[in-house]
Amino acid sequence: MTNSWTDIKNTDLVLIMGGNAAEAHPCGFKGVIEARNTRGAKLIVVDPRFTRSASVADYYAPIRQGTDIAFLLGVIKYCVENNKVQWEYVKNYTNASCIVKEGYGYQDGLFTGYDESKRDYNRGSWSYEMGEDGFVKVDDTLADPRCVWNLLKAHVAIYTPEMVERITGTPKDKFLYVAKAIAETSAPDKAMTSMYALGWTQHSKGSQNIRCMAMLQLILGNMGLRGGGMNALRGHSNIQGLTDIGLMSNLLPGYMTLPTDGDPDFATYASKRVFKPMRPGQVSFWQNYMKFFVSFQKTMFGAAATKDNNFAFDYLPKIDVPSYDMLRAFEMMHNGQMNGYFCQGFNPIQSAPNKAKIKAALGKLKFLVVMDPLKTETARFWEDHGEFNPSTPADVKTEVFELPTTCFAEDEGSLVNSSRWLQWHWAGATPPNETKSDVWIMAQLWKRLKALYEKEGGAFPDAIKALNWPYKNPDDPQPEEIAREMNGSVVEDVVDPNDPTKKLLEKGKQMAAFAALRDDGSTAAGCWIYTGCFTEAGNMMARRDTSDPDNTGAYSKWAFAWPANRRILYNRASADMAGKPWDPKRKIIEWDGAKWSGYDVPDIAPTAAPDKVMPFIMCEEGVGRLWVRGLMKDGPFPVHYEPFESPIDNPIAPKIRGNPAARVFKGDMEVFGTAKDYPYAAVTYRLTEHFHYWTKHNAVNATLQPEFFVEISEQLAAEKKITSGGWVRVWSMRGSVKAKAVVTKRIKPLICDGKTVHIVGIPIHWGFMGAAKKGFGANNLTPFVGDANIETPEFKAFLVDVEPIASGPVVS
Amino acid sequence: MNDKAPSGAPVRVPRYSGSARINHWIMAIAFVILLLSGLSLFHPALFFLSGIFGGGAMVRWLHPWAGVVFALGFLMLFIRFLPANLPELTDFKWLAKIRYVVSGRDEFLPEVGKYNAGQKLVFWSQAALVPIMVVSGFALWTPGLDFLQSTFGIKATMDHRRLAAVVHAAAAVTTIVIWIVHVYAAIWVRGTLSAMIRGSVTGGWGWRHHRRWLKREVADGHVKSG
Amino acid sequence: MTTFQPLDIVRTSATVTTAPPAGRDVEVAKLIDVSKCIGCKACQSACLEWNDLREPVGTNLGVYDNPHDLTPNTWTLMRFTEWENPQSGNLEWLIRKDGCMHCEDPGCLKACPAPGAIVQYANCIVDFQHDACIGCGYCEKGCPFNIPRVSRIDNKAYKCSLCSDRLAIGQQPACAKACPTHAIMFGTKTEMLAQAEKNIGVLKTRGYSKAGLYNPPGVSGTHVMYVLHHADQPQLYAGLADNPSISPLVEAWKGIGKYAGMAVIGATALIGAFHYLVRGPNKVSAHDEDEAKRLAEAPK
Repeated sequence: MTNSWTDIKNTDLVLIMGGNAAEAHPCGFKGVIEARNTRGAKLIVVDPRFTRSASVADYYAPIRQGTDIAFLLGVIKYCVENNKVQWEYVKNYTNASCIVKEGYGYQDGLFTGYDESKRDYNRGSWSYEMGEDGFVKVDDTLADPRCVWNLLKAHVAIYTPEMVERITGTPKDKFLYVAKAIAETSAPDKAMTSMYALGWTQHSKGSQNIRCMAMLQLILGNMGLRGGGMNALRGHSNIQGLTDIGLMSNLLPGYMTLPTDGDPDFATYASKRVFKPMRPGQVSFWQNYMKFFVSFQKTMFGAAATKDNNFAFDYLPKIDVPSYDMLRAFEMMHNGQMNGYFCQGFNPIQSAPNKAKIKAALGKLKFLVVMDPLKTETARFWEDHGEFNPSTPADVKTEVFELPTTCFAEDEGSLVNSSRWLQWHWAGATPPNETKSDVWIMAQLWKRLKALYEKEGGAFPDAIKALNWPYKNPDDPQPEEIAREMNGSVVEDVVDPNDPTKKLLEKGKQMAAFAALRDDGSTAAGCWIYTGCFTEAGNMMARRDTSDPDNTGAYSKWAFAWPANRRILYNRASADMAGKPWDPKRKIIEWDGAKWSGYDVPDIAPTAAPDKVMPFIMCEEGVGRLWVRGLMKDGPFPVHYEPFESPIDNPIAPKIRGNPAARVFKGDMEVFGTAKDYPYAAVTYRLTEHFHYWTKHNAVNATLQPEFFVEISEQLAAEKKITSGGWVRVWSMRGSVKAKAVVTKRIKPLICDGKTVHIVGIPIHWGFMGAAKKGFGANNLTPFVGDANIETPEFKAFLVDVEPIASGPVVS
Repeated sequence: MNDKAPSGAPVRVPRYSGSARINHWIMAIAFVILLLSGLSLFHPALFFLSGIFGGGAMVRWLHPWAGVVFALGFLMLFIRFLPANLPELTDFKWLAKIRYVVSGRDEFLPEVGKYNAGQKLVFWSQAALVPIMVVSGFALWTPGLDFLQSTFGIKATMDHRRLAAVVHAAAAVTTIVIWIVHVYAAIWVRGTLSAMIRGSVTGGWGWRHHRRWLKREVADGHVKSG
Repeated sequence: MTTFQPLDIVRTSATVTTAPPAGRDVEVAKLIDVSKCIGCKACQSACLEWNDLREPVGTNLGVYDNPHDLTPNTWTLMRFTEWENPQSGNLEWLIRKDGCMHCEDPGCLKACPAPGAIVQYANCIVDFQHDACIGCGYCEKGCPFNIPRVSRIDNKAYKCSLCSDRLAIGQQPACAKACPTHAIMFGTKTEMLAQAEKNIGVLKTRGYSKAGLYNPPGVSGTHVMYVLHHADQPQLYAGLADNPSISPLVEAWKGIGKYAGMAVIGATALIGAFHYLVRGPNKVSAHDEDEAKRLAEAPK
């Protein structure tokens, strides 16, 4: 979230699209109800299904899954044509006026530079026209046909309300109602919050879905405002922490990136990451990259990271592909290229697409280690569970180690929520039996690996041997020790260059803020964005002060929000060019002529003059990007692409299947079905009663939603002679499931491109382990393809067929 | 004709066989259980009666089963006594002179067979009330309802069950009133109880109350003289 | 669930003696704003957890309602209704939390034959005292909302206690505490009526002109009340009674019926006694015996 759960109450319009907050985030949803009941805010839900969120909404519009970009670009076109643009904001705080280099272009669904054989772009032409001063050329009048604003206008021209209806199935009147309501928030004193989740991410163009809404929010001037923002509703209680800490194959903590094999040395690595400002006077905060990187290396390798060895740069692996994401890992496993696998808090046989492939891949491993508090399906992939998981255990050669771990309630530590708050929690129960914490298990592994390297040597033992391990009990590092390390501390005294008697930083002290981190090895910080969470003043994450002056929703003394305890990102944009809030009633920070101050930590240097330094400090331009250079793999603007399995051809580019820049492995394209054989558009989702595949192990949750089902419209049920509560079989090109049918008015067929599209809803929560009735994972059906940029699987849009069957599955 | 009164013990006339008496007394015991347990749930002032059975929960369990026993007993008794209870013309004559019945002047009443019209009315009212009690009782009995639903697919709505409660109570009150008459008559009309205890009555009882029956018994040789 | 003392009780089932002279305490009430409810079942879950109840894992019958009905273990249940509003043409998904309404005039208490098995506390909670419950199921018949359920296992009747045990230690009911959107609110009845007023105002500004409070007068009001968007049609919400009152059959049975029945039985017995006193026994005379003997000894 750019804002926070407690800020939702400040909004004028809640748009839930690409998510189902009431269903999947009921606790946070109280903010929506509060905004509605105290501010008179409106709630609009756009979703293929009439969801629990829709049940309390002021307006609901149906949409075919996987067509959100067409809808949103249609809204952008509506705003532009009806002059519903926050002009001062757009002209000053976005790159609308930046001039794009000749050579960049877009036609028939493709940008310049596409190479079909590689399914990738040469992104060389996607850049700005640079002036002789080394800065991007701009045209403040927005007259230049090559300026971003005019390129945008041309790009969205095709997305007329008629085209939107043709693609999305949203009736034109409903689309226009929603567009109008959204457009109203372009008034400087109005704000809309966008609440989204996996409904936008789990597509082959997931990143562009979100980017498209971010562009709209910039045009409406809703970024940085109270009650505005892009608010991603994170799924697991610590999935935000997972990404912050860099648990992606290509990331380091704090959204730094792992060296690639294109970064053979330290200098090259640095040169590609220390971004200089592209407009005069702008911050371009990533200029500080090496301070964070070196501090990270000092945390990792301690004294072994020295100036002379480039702070142990060579100890880091150099990644040879864009990422070893989940899909690639299973592809390699399936091909026999990966033969050991650690599953830590992860149940891929349920959560990764195309179960048949995942199961086959696991069967090719030499060993599989599963660390989990629960008896997961992945750990039992070899067991025979009848139709739910047919298997001949004797034929499975994989050796499986199941290590029971503590769950969050049995352990101390911090969780990062969607609001970016690091909240400390304490153990509420004693771990049962032989359960050990994940940290203990990892410590034991490292200890044993280190001993083996010391004894036997090896190709490259240095990184393991030199790992910094400063914990009191090396066998069992404590959460507080790790938290302190994450925050960072001073390694060597740093003295004031003007007054050598004055210490700026004192050795051994906890760092107070990341602004003081240094690239000379005198500071350490495990995750720079977390610096400030555990200072000399103590554990900031454990704060439980509910004071909130003037009820702004900031709650600045509750826990710690990264970065720097900032509650609303880009909050500088909540004020105009003179530094005055767009809406004085919803002030966050204000310029008093000399400095910024207010309710939140300013997201700008405290003394940065409002007419000089622009709000989007992480961007080299200093402004928000309506058009992006080569940073997105699949285009500088979002384009409507159909899902890989779609009931219709792409009306704007009939020859293009799916997202042309999305990676598809050999063999996976062949198991994408077509509308001829698989006529119905399927979508997977979560239910309030369950949390992923965990709560089916809990008797109470299992009671509340006991059995696997699929949801279909009354129309499809009548056509197929399916009765509600009866059994159906649902199958895709990749697998087949049997489920109870829930026939509902909440799903209605849509007309897309002149064709009736029936939607089949498939909740994900059932498996062959746990207290609930055994069921099939929805991933038996889903396609093995991910988002072009970050490889999140396309779980939200694929094709199936349905038929009624006489009886349910046979257990064994 | 010898006008002189015969001396010695009165002649005894068999009236109920052993099995008939067992049948009757099983019903009687069941009835008393039903009466006491039923009343204990009928009015709060009588809840103390549940103490006889070990408390309200025992009453809730016992009462329906006692009802089942009573109903089965009545079914057998009904078959056994049906022939003697068929209505006849004399019954109406008897009823027309009901004031002599109440005042105990049997000499003004027509000669009756084994049962007089009053006894027949008790018989037939029970024949009507027992099925009503059984049906309404089942609708109030959780295991009974479960049985009906699982075996016959019969489901009682809540309003059926409420109606059943009213009907059961009303029928029970009627049954109790008739039972009081039945018991009172047996006590008031001396010599009656021995019919159900010893199985026989004195000839004089038969002569006074059921002369036609006595004559028939004598004629059939069921009465041993001397 | 006995957490209250006898003097906290204002009404007791099956008791002819005068109720203890308890004055009314502050009336409590739970207010459920259906328009704020997202049907998440947190209340259902909290109820099971707090009362340490478990249900067997059931099946899907083609709806979201699970379990399918209230049971001796499920004291509260979300009931889902899909309704196409003929006026707006829009689909509405009406979700109602079903459970004991804690009537001011409780039908269950009226019907109960076991002294003290059902009580109404001075704060107006209607509670079942399981020690005294005999499992007869009369409460099921007395209830105008079809709430109590008798367990087939221990033969006791169960329903929501409004968390009288939590209230006794100053906590709000578990469902209200768990409700993420504050659709379930708890306080004094006066506070809740005022709150309802506010929430109805919000609904009216949102275009629900028929929004209103469900606090049915037929049972003299309830201590669980609903704010409904369509207060003119309560039956839309999974058959919520339009105009509930204790069934006239139950009134007949447990009102006039029990006195009339006792009177009839008593009168019959009295008449018998009177008759006996006046007339004395109907005796067989010696003459009758002689006649019988003569008949018996007569030659065949």
